[in-house]
Amino acid sequence: MAGRVMVRDGLFTDGDAPALLGSRCPACEAHHFPRHDTCPYCAADGPLPTLLSSTGSLWAWTAVTAAPPGYRGPVPYGMGVVELPEGIRVITHLTVSDPGAQALGQAMELRVVPLHTDTDGNEVVTYSFAPVDAP
Amino acid sequence: MKGAVIAGVGMHPFGRFEGVSTTDMGVHAVRAALREAGVAKGGFQAAFCGTAYGGVATGHKVLSRLGLTGMPIVDVEAGCASGGAALMLAAGAIRAGQYDTVLVFGVEKMPRGIIRSSFFEPWQEEAGLAATPSFFALRAQRLTVTSGVTKEHLARVVVKNRRHGASNADAMYQKEISAEEVLASRVVCEPLHLFMLCSPNEGAAAVVLTREGRRAEVTPAPVTLAGAVLRSHLPGSVLSESTPLSGLTDDDVPSPTTLAATAAFEEADLGPGDLDVVECQDTDAARELMSYEEIGLCDPGGSAEFLDSGATSLGGRLPVNPSGGLLSKGEPLGASALGQVVELVRQLRGECGPRQVEGARVALSHTVGRGANAGVVILTR
Repeated sequence: MAGRVMVRDGLFTDGDAPALLGSRCPACEAHHFPRHDTCPYCAADGPLPTLLSSTGSLWAWTAVTAAPPGYRGPVPYGMGVVELPEGIRVITHLTVSDPGAQALGQAMELRVVPLHTDTDGNEVVTYSFAPVDAP
Repeated sequence: MKGAVIAGVGMHPFGRFEGVSTTDMGVHAVRAALREAGVAKGGFQAAFCGTAYGGVATGHKVLSRLGLTGMPIVDVEAGCASGGAALMLAAGAIRAGQYDTVLVFGVEKMPRGIIRSSFFEPWQEEAGLAATPSFFALRAQRLTVTSGVTKEHLARVVVKNRRHGASNADAMYQKEISAEEVLASRVVCEPLHLFMLCSPNEGAAAVVLTREGRRAEVTPAPVTLAGAVLRSHLPGSVLSESTPLSGLTDDDVPSPTTLAATAAFEEADLGPGDLDVVECQDTDAARELMSYEEIGLCDPGGSAEFLDSGATSLGGRLPVNPSGGLLSKGEPLGASALGQVVELVRQLRGECGPRQVEGARVALSHTVGRGANAGVVILTR
């Protein structure tokens, strides 16, 4: 039966209050996304799983105007970098595809959005960020 | 670094060539470089071939066609810096006394359209997080924040390089373009318009590297390879060419380009102030401006002003991309770094006609791309 599937498991949680699945290094305190089992910054083993903040601020953004290889969703689509309070910047899909409608530092919140429908009829969803209070 | 000189160079033009194979282009460039260096069968003890899309044993196919096999032939993949990586390996081997003469060449026939890189996992492509121009655009946008770069600056980089490339018979585009035309081309990823992005294409370049003093009598006079460095990234920068999915809020992580340039200047015992001419990575117009800052050609944040001063145009204090850059030549990944080296060797010999940088004695080549890989080569005469 067709349903809703994540573009990849282990990246985020779905539902009313979604979150990105990150990790934190107990040695250097750095946060990671996606989860790592070795810290990419200090090479220490044993980062601890954590849920990252679902709100942040916009640090960089653009829009992709032609579908790149392997992408089957609508164009244009927004893509950018959101800075989270944990001191981490995340590359992300953005719900706003008009670069002129966004501003540096604006408050953003995590959403889970549809990308496309796969050959089995499943709705494929991914993590994205939208301006806070956007519909 | 002392010990290695470039005795000959050769090039197959960069462009699109229907019916011409990767091997054909490699044969053309290698034959020209060997002829110029006066090196025949048995005259080199190893060969390094830069390529990213060539497939298995690309270098062997070229040298088999020329009847020049038996020595080690090693393909080197380091993204946009593949040719620089090959040159670094060759220089190290000569310096260590392992070989007297090494053939270094790069060949490529890129797929058409947006570059599809095996670097990304399939889900990243499916999620729309693997569009190469989008990363260029995000870096360009940050440059507007940190350095006051405007779209007009980006257009001016294209105008400059296309003007330089107009007299380069090896370039894909040999026609000048106006800022208005650049800004009228369609937006690919804001702030980058189509003509601000280089074209992935096809081509080959070759260099014969030999131990210093071995062929001092030849004409044209050898050019000294004063430094050849490859560096990867340090983690932390979200927009690094390593294209991670996240980074830290630390803006002081040195870029791979800065790491490579710093090491190359140290190897050559030279600094940015000693340079007469530069060929740098201009995959997109913003990448050239970032390169000014990362190599140390200007102060951090000063790239827009440096461009506006005219310093980097032909006739200016430090011409950048006199060949026309990748914006004029196009970018065949495995060949692009050695294409820069071919241009700079010809500049140092005074062979470049209308685009000659008068009296050039110290030259720097820079490539950076996926990996991250950053290659910096310093040449002197």
